[in-house]
Amino acid sequence: MDCSHVFEFKVNRLIVVFALFLAFFSHASVALAQADTAHAGENSHTKAEKKFDIGKFALHHIGDSHSWHVIGNTYISLPVILYTSNGFVTFSSGDFLHDDEAKIVVERKGMGFVKLHEKIYYASANANSHGQYVDLDEKHHASNARPLDISITKNVCTLIFSIIVILAVFLNVANGYKKRKGKSPKGLQSWMEPIILFVRDDIAKPNLGHKYERFMPYLLTVFFFIWFNNMLGLVPFLPGGANLTGNIAVTMVLAIATFCLTVFNGNKYYWKHIFMPDVPWWMYIVMVPVELFGIFTKPIALMIRLFANITAGHILVLSLICLVFVFNSLYIAPISIAFAVFIGAIELLVAFIQAFIFTILSALFIGMAIEEHH
Amino acid sequence: MELLVPEIGLVILQTIAFLLLMFLLAKFAWKPVLAAIKEREQSIDEALNKAELAKQEMTRLTAQNEELMKEARSERDRILKEAKTLKDNILHEAKNQAHTEGVKLIEKAKIEIENQKKAALAELKSQVSTLSIDIAERILRNQLTDKAKQQDLVASLLKDVELN
Repeated sequence: MDCSHVFEFKVNRLIVVFALFLAFFSHASVALAQADTAHAGENSHTKAEKKFDIGKFALHHIGDSHSWHVIGNTYISLPVILYTSNGFVTFSSGDFLHDDEAKIVVERKGMGFVKLHEKIYYASANANSHGQYVDLDEKHHASNARPLDISITKNVCTLIFSIIVILAVFLNVANGYKKRKGKSPKGLQSWMEPIILFVRDDIAKPNLGHKYERFMPYLLTVFFFIWFNNMLGLVPFLPGGANLTGNIAVTMVLAIATFCLTVFNGNKYYWKHIFMPDVPWWMYIVMVPVELFGIFTKPIALMIRLFANITAGHILVLSLICLVFVFNSLYIAPISIAFAVFIGAIELLVAFIQAFIFTILSALFIGMAIEEHH
Repeated sequence: MELLVPEIGLVILQTIAFLLLMFLLAKFAWKPVLAAIKEREQSIDEALNKAELAKQEMTRLTAQNEELMKEARSERDRILKEAKTLKDNILHEAKNQAHTEGVKLIEKAKIEIENQKKAALAELKSQVSTLSIDIAERILRNQLTDKAKQQDLVASLLKDVELN
């Protein structure tokens, strides 16, 4: 009886929390809409100073950046590496003097570069009416040419950092197996072993059958890469905070890896199923394009799912924090922090679930391609 | 919509970094780790199998012991029984033998006694006859020595005899 009371209490509390959350979220969306209309209506930057633009703020934070904002006015300038028509060009992003409106031109090798919304363009010869060295079209997009930008951005820094962390963790784990051969795991090893076994027994084996061993390195790497980076993205301060797994370029590379494994390992049954399915021949007109389309939609779904989930989580947390600025009141802070913590806890779960989903779907797609029929 | 356009630079760097990470992890982490886990699982399986086999062997041995004990017990019972019947037989036989022997002895003794009796009687008879003859002889002799008496006797005898 006691237990049921506790349970009811918990359920009630959960309902209250969700109700409050929905109420505040609708407020937030109204604020967003207002911000959007303000943004659409504005032509000069003076108005934007007054109104806090939550959308712009969130998008700025989840996007990539050439410098890393630490706290207040402290930034870490990251190296800019460009492959231009005259070869490689490198300089510090500090040379832009925190300009993101293409107003400062950096001259290197006889070429000028400007930064607009964290993208680097070849500078125009003359400034436009706003003092920007770019040619803007009617949608305020720069029409200037861009050099190939392989700078060490915030995301690339996180990428390198996460790789170092992953390598450190798993080389340590591997070392544990070498040191305590045949013995029970210890320390970091006993943290990671259940997860490695989870990937092997619950992701690889059921989907790939007896040929699972070949794909274990990929599945384990992709799982831990996504998981570690999802978690790093939730850390609000240095060295976390970058939205790496919520970046479409990163998820695209991971999805392409799954796509390549699927296509290159597909056996004759897989291709027969696509080009000669077991349907009447006149159905081929419909079936073959659908199946061909399916080859590409699967990895695209993988790419969008991871990107959207992680980005949405970041936007949600940022929006909740921004409620303080939207209402322009400190009294809203406890509520917005409570919700941010609540969503943050959910995001911790999502970090694992998304890594799991990406890995199990990759295994499923590869498994479909290598499945033997008799 | 800027979010949905992948940056080519990041794509290139991510590809290189991810492939490098996968290569390093596959070579230095996944391969030894998975091999070690597999090896350990196999050794655990083996140990469990061995334990199971030992258990089976144990039960088999216990059953065998039980069987042997049972056999030994029945063997003992059988031997005891045999010994008992043997003893009974011997006893019985001895009794019978003793009995017949006794009967025979008694018979013999009886015959002997009879024989002895007969011999004694025969001797007694002959002695009696000799003695009687002797006595008679002596009496007669004695009688005949005394003439007067003889005459008396004859006279008495004659007196009894009435001449009819």
